[in-house]
Amino acid sequence: MPHIPPAPPKSFLGLSVDRRYRFIYKPLVFLACLTPLAWMAGSLFGWFGLSAPVDTVKFLELRCGKTALNLIMLTLMVTPVRQLARLPHLLRLRRMLGLFAFFYAALHFTVYLVLDVDLDWRQVAADIVKRPYITVGFTALVLLIPLAVTSTQGMMRRLGRRWSRLHRLIYLIAALGVCHFYWQEKIDVREPLVYAGVLLVLFGYRWVRSPGMWAVLAPVFAPNAARRRTAAPGTDARAPGARPLRPPA
Amino acid sequence: MAIRIPRIAPSQITPPEVFFNRRAFLAGALAAGAGGALGRAGAAVLPAAAGAPLKYSYDAADSVGALVHVPGQDEKPNTWEQITHYNNYYEFGTGKSDPAEYAGQLQTRPWSVAVGGEAEVTGSFPLETFLKPYALEERIYRFRCVEAWSMVIPWVGFPLAQVLKQFKPTSRAKYVAFETLYRPSQMPGQRVPILRWPYREGLRIDEAMNPLAFMVVGLYGRVLPNQDGAPLRLIVPWKYGFKSIKAIVRIVFTEQQPETTWSEAAPNEYGFYANVNPHVPHPRWSQATERRIGASLFHERQPTLMFNGYAKEVAYLYKGMNLHEYF
Repeated sequence: MPHIPPAPPKSFLGLSVDRRYRFIYKPLVFLACLTPLAWMAGSLFGWFGLSAPVDTVKFLELRCGKTALNLIMLTLMVTPVRQLARLPHLLRLRRMLGLFAFFYAALHFTVYLVLDVDLDWRQVAADIVKRPYITVGFTALVLLIPLAVTSTQGMMRRLGRRWSRLHRLIYLIAALGVCHFYWQEKIDVREPLVYAGVLLVLFGYRWVRSPGMWAVLAPVFAPNAARRRTAAPGTDARAPGARPLRPPA
Repeated sequence: MAIRIPRIAPSQITPPEVFFNRRAFLAGALAAGAGGALGRAGAAVLPAAAGAPLKYSYDAADSVGALVHVPGQDEKPNTWEQITHYNNYYEFGTGKSDPAEYAGQLQTRPWSVAVGGEAEVTGSFPLETFLKPYALEERIYRFRCVEAWSMVIPWVGFPLAQVLKQFKPTSRAKYVAFETLYRPSQMPGQRVPILRWPYREGLRIDEAMNPLAFMVVGLYGRVLPNQDGAPLRLIVPWKYGFKSIKAIVRIVFTEQQPETTWSEAAPNEYGFYANVNPHVPHPRWSQATERRIGASLFHERQPTLMFNGYAKEVAYLYKGMNLHEYF
């Protein structure tokens, strides 16, 4: 994790960063995460002037699924945004986004289970085994469970380094989610392709920022420099401008 | 300039009670011999405005015209709102509500239908001329989409077989091919190469001659709205919905099996026949059951019926064919 210089202290209503997050930003994000639920409920019961969708079950399935996928993408955006915009405290919002992603994914599966296939377990089992897009989506949901369970402070402390290794599963989950979306589309895959593109950018960002990439790319882009530097003992044999392998002690 | 055909206010839509009463009235009128003006002897007159009332006949005693009932199944027709706001009509966009939103800009007059290929009578005919020989009747059919949802829809139109008789396909004609209008300026979906435009469909001649195959100009006793395929569409109730091509401008009789849009786009997923068949799953999902649009939220999926419940009427067409191969 690269070192992020702390943002200059700003005064907003005279609140400390800690209090701002706790009393303003987190509640706002919480409400924002509930709006898709409110939209669905509104459409179902005719609130806020919303009209009922013709195919209610499909509507609920699609809304929940897309919201879950959107929130997973948002959790993956937290790191780039806090690094690029120098907002290190954004990290405090990520758990909520992740848990809401799990909530909507679980709701998506519940709608499928209860409203779409009417708790027909044989049908569900057959779908999960035989229909690749359902297999993939179900796998993503199952993988989200350990992440949700280990999202507490206590679990983070207890798992230590293993916590961040476990939570790297989100990359796989995001890819499975986009796959699930792509595969259920009859022929118009434009929207899932947009998601795939965003995901690639997010993965690419991490790859570019990782030391591993320089190990691969340095000899390609600056072979001479690399060789010259290798020749000089005691120097960093990587591309000029590369960050040190270890953060300075 | 695109003419926006106003959406019909819910208050203007015939309530189902009135609708069914009128049908009963018409049936009675026919029985009383007053049907001449409206009945089979009359020529189809199609007002230009979507939603304008149509004159048609309904003969409850006609087993073909009446819905084929399946015991235990809810066969109440879907509402006007459902049938006109949940459409797959990619010429106007791939979303289910896109057609209702964008189809209003399509101008359906003047309209002509070109008939060609292996037939004695060919040429290009203004819609009014094309429709003249036929008397309109109502058919309430189940409609099963390949996406595993279904509706029940009261169409108004005339049998496709009558069209074939009019144009007299020769002995070389083995198939009849249909083509949708290609007009990207009014059909925004056609500006995107999701499918190869124009949309094309086809039937074997004996399928087309089956009394269930139906040419449609109306819905709920009114002129068909654009999003449902106005001014002229096909309905083949025992096949998946995508066979029932909309906004037809060309009919060609061919010796060879014509290329059809969906089977061209994904040949392993959509075949030329596309008969509703619960035993042949789509490669990505099951076709064994379907969700009836408009059923209550906790209403169970219902089993999909062989040939969409019309096996008695159409199974003979596929005798000896391996329907897993010819899906």
